Amino acid sequence: MVELKPGARFQSTVCTTEVIVVKGSGEADLTCGGAAMVPAGTGEVSGSPAADAADGTLLGKRYSDEADTIELLATKAGDGSLAVGGTALAVAQAKTLPASD
Amino acid sequence: MNLMMLLEMAANGLEDRVAVGSSDGGITYRQLFEHAGEAAARFRADPGAKVVLCDESSPAVPVALFGAAWAGMPYVPLNYRLPDDDLCALADRSAPGVAIADDAGAGRLRGVDGLTAVTRDEFLTDRAGGAAPAEPGDWSMDPDEIAVLLFTSGTTGAPKSAVLRHKHLVSYILGSVEFMGAGEDEATIVSVPPYHVAGVSAMLSSVYAGRRIVQLPKFDPDQWIDLVETEGVTHAMVVPTMLSRIVEALDARGGEPMLGVRALSYGGGKMPEAVIRRALELFPITNFVNAYGLTETSSTIALLGPDDHRLAQYSEDEGERARLKSAGRPLPGVEVSIRDDDFNELPTGEVGEIFVRGEQVSGEYLEKGSLLDSDGWFPTRDGGYLDEGGYLFVQGRNDDVIIRGGENMSPGEIEDVLLTDERVKDAAAIGVPDTEWGEKVVAAVVTHGECSESELQDLVRARLRSSRVPAHVVFVDELPYNDTGKLLRRVLREDLAHLGDDPTG
Repeated sequence: MVELKPGARFQSTVCTTEVIVVKGSGEADLTCGGAAMVPAGTGEVSGSPAADAADGTLLGKRYSDEADTIELLATKAGDGSLAVGGTALAVAQAKTLPASD
Repeated sequence: MNLMMLLEMAANGLEDRVAVGSSDGGITYRQLFEHAGEAAARFRADPGAKVVLCDESSPAVPVALFGAAWAGMPYVPLNYRLPDDDLCALADRSAPGVAIADDAGAGRLRGVDGLTAVTRDEFLTDRAGGAAPAEPGDWSMDPDEIAVLLFTSGTTGAPKSAVLRHKHLVSYILGSVEFMGAGEDEATIVSVPPYHVAGVSAMLSSVYAGRRIVQLPKFDPDQWIDLVETEGVTHAMVVPTMLSRIVEALDARGGEPMLGVRALSYGGGKMPEAVIRRALELFPITNFVNAYGLTETSSTIALLGPDDHRLAQYSEDEGERARLKSAGRPLPGVEVSIRDDDFNELPTGEVGEIFVRGEQVSGEYLEKGSLLDSDGWFPTRDGGYLDEGGYLFVQGRNDDVIIRGGENMSPGEIEDVLLTDERVKDAAAIGVPDTEWGEKVVAAVVTHGECSESELQDLVRARLRSSRVPAHVVFVDELPYNDTGKLLRRVLREDLAHLGDDPTG
């Protein structure tokens, strides 16, 4: 279990994935590659993602749960895929705001 | 959070794509990342200091901005166009620090205690200044550290330093820009100076989107047009006076439409309707964006998008056409509330002060602290209203409101009417002291062709209440603007004070 809050950063322990929380708060069972994620910079990477959680995480994509209560932004790509409470997170729709500066 | 997170992602995702400069020979994202690490090493040799930039646009701007973020030091771009005394006063307030400047600027800053001046050329050839480059990733992720200090333009009183923390700027970028959202062929031309908030946000949003930055150090409409063509520019941000001059230059060249520009955004002041309507014709397939924002809100908080522009251009419906004068709708992460003098929220359509709230809103000054209320709302000092579609109409600074006989009037409504006369190129309404009414309305206009005072007074009388009719109309060659296109009403009030009759005013 980790404590989610906007701006908090977490890393995978089985691949190179890192994320920053855009939306979400409170305790969550956040995993990547099937293994619990830990606060960024606090864990070693060993082993490899579980076979059923190895679809990969793409740099710069946003991932959210079905209820859209959690949104994570991938700041580093990796081979593992993200999940909360055992349910995989999906790539969120890209924002289509026009460039303003 | 740290601005470096944005550049690190771009360096990892875009690698050898060009970030700044020409498509052949420019600086790549990977190089920009390395250069920032070298600059950070130089900056860290002076702990507790700031990174001051007193220079026009050059590749040193993004290197200094990201290098400062990496080093954990505030980045402070100064207005190099200020007279020596004013510049040195701001530099003095920014010391201690490292100051990057062009040769002339370095000379001007040499007398400032605590500032070490480095010329731009020296900085760009030896970024680290002999130090070993910083370790990738060793920047602070404390979201509350100060990223950028921007002196507000001080159209009233002495400049104040607006504080933008890493959390404000990173929230703005994450909330409004899609990572690597730009195609490899996209390039944006940056013609606003580095000390303008748009000069900062342009660096951040372009890097995060993966859009190549082309810099135009001294704005000139012909150079702008030529650079757009030679550099394959697809995106641009301009202030209203720039667009007005680009439109004039294009017309002088025969009025050929510019087809290569895919997106053109404008903001930073009031856009005359005639200029934007002509621009829509000269850029017939361009996506126009009107962005409204303040320094204290990390740039854009509301925008009027491309579809609304074309609808306003072609529609027969007055309401849809009128939206060309609006700032559009708030960004997804931003809330807008219109309040009266007692801070009560006003209903749709009523004019009050614009309040904003959101992660990107700083509302803080070094000198005065935070101006946010206990619920996080920032009073912008701008007047305006929301229409039934949620479109925000900005009516100018509350400090500019003219109070005649107890009646508040916005200069904007009088100016809009004056500008409907085709002979009026530019107009400003101000209040001057008046013993009977407290203030009376004076209009300064720039015209082409014959045009009399009484004609313009009649025009206002026909469209607005008689209290709005200017007591005097003064014909001038040009109105006073600062170099980023903001009308200097204070200067105008001083110039026209003799028309008032209150000697104590």
